[in-house]
Parts: sequence; C-alpha cells; structure tokens
Amino acid sequence: MMFAAAAAAILTALALVIARAIRGPTVFDRVLAGNSVGTLAILLLAVIGFLTGRPEFLDIALTYGLLNLIGTLAVLKFFRHGDLAYDVDTETKS
Amino acid sequence: MTVAVNIASVALMTVGSFFVIVGALGLVRMPEVFTRMHAAGIIDTVGTGFLILGMCLQAGASLVTLKLLFLLVLFFFGSPIVTHALAQACLHENIQPRLAEDRRDITSPPAASADDGRQP
Repeated sequence: MMFAAAAAAILTALALVIARAIRGPTVFDRVLAGNSVGTLAILLLAVIGFLTGRPEFLDIALTYGLLNLIGTLAVLKFFRHGDLAYDVDTETKS
Repeated sequence: MTVAVNIASVALMTVGSFFVIVGALGLVRMPEVFTRMHAAGIIDTVGTGFLILGMCLQAGASLVTLKLLFLLVLFFFGSPIVTHALAQACLHENIQPRLAEDRRDITSPPAASADDGRQP
C-alpha cells in the first residue's frame, strides 16, 4: 500500500517533468528534465522492486543510474563543444 | 519494534514522495534554467534520500540495503556533478541568470566594516 502510494507520487512527478521536457524553451531545460526523468525512473524501479517482491530490480536501477550520469555528461559535452572527441590541446594550439 | 520501524518507514517514504512532487512542481513553475536546477536538486537530494532511507528500513539488514545505499552514494556524487556541468554549459552559451541585483563585481567587502569597531 505504502509502495503503491510512493509509486503514484513518482509517476505524478514524472508527468510534470516530462511536461517541462516538452515545453522547455532552451535545450538545457530539456537536458535537465531528461536527467530528472532518469532519477525518477531509478526511484520507480526501486519502488516497483519492493512492490512486486523482486529486489533484482535494484541491479537494473544501479546500472541505469550510472548510465544516466554518463549520458547526461556526454550530451552536455556535445552541446558545449559540438564534438564528443573534443581535445583541449588542439584548441589552444590553433 | 517492528511496528516502530514500519511507522518510521511510512513517515520517511511519505516525506520523500512529498519532496519528489515539490521538486517536479518547481521544475514546471520556476522561471528560468538556473532556478529549475535548484528544483531538480530537491528531487535528487531530499526526495531520493528520504525514499531510499524508507526502503532501507523496510528491507532490514541485507544485500538489498547495501544496494540502496550504493544508489544513495551515486546520487550524492552524481547530482552535483551534473548540475555543475549544466550551469557551466549554460554560461558558456551566454545564458545569464536573472538577478534582482548584480553583485558579481564586488570582490571584497568595504574596508570600513572589516574591523567591526574593535580598533579605537
């Protein structure tokens, strides 16, 4: 019962965050909303693991957390430099 | 004992759900990207913190609790890194924070208030 209430709260928050991701004026709003969607998805995975009595979902949640961090940083680096293989040395030389 | 742990767990998860919804509302209602980062930080710290601690109390001392604590550590280090990189990328794109009073030029306080009247 308690886990169902928590899952409902997380789903409500997820809907609001997705609304921001669709509406966001700049691309950084969308990146921020995407990161929050990842965070809420991890929480939802953990809560669903408890709800169904299968704690194996926590492994998926951990993996998704690491992927979320690396993915957001990669997207930010791409928007900042326009290139994922950006090298500082080449910019200072040229 | 078990009843007390259950009550504490329900309280923690209720507080966590409340802060998750508050953070999502802030993400929708806040006026610009820097204030929205603050709302997202509420989801990442208080919301996940209370929810995961509540789930830890439900799981008891087991491998599940260890995994939940790993998740907590991941959020503890990951969220500030993402917020820092996002703010830096915003400033790099010349998106400035909306300020009521720009005080970034003031690097040191005035000399008159430095000694608080201790000198005669």
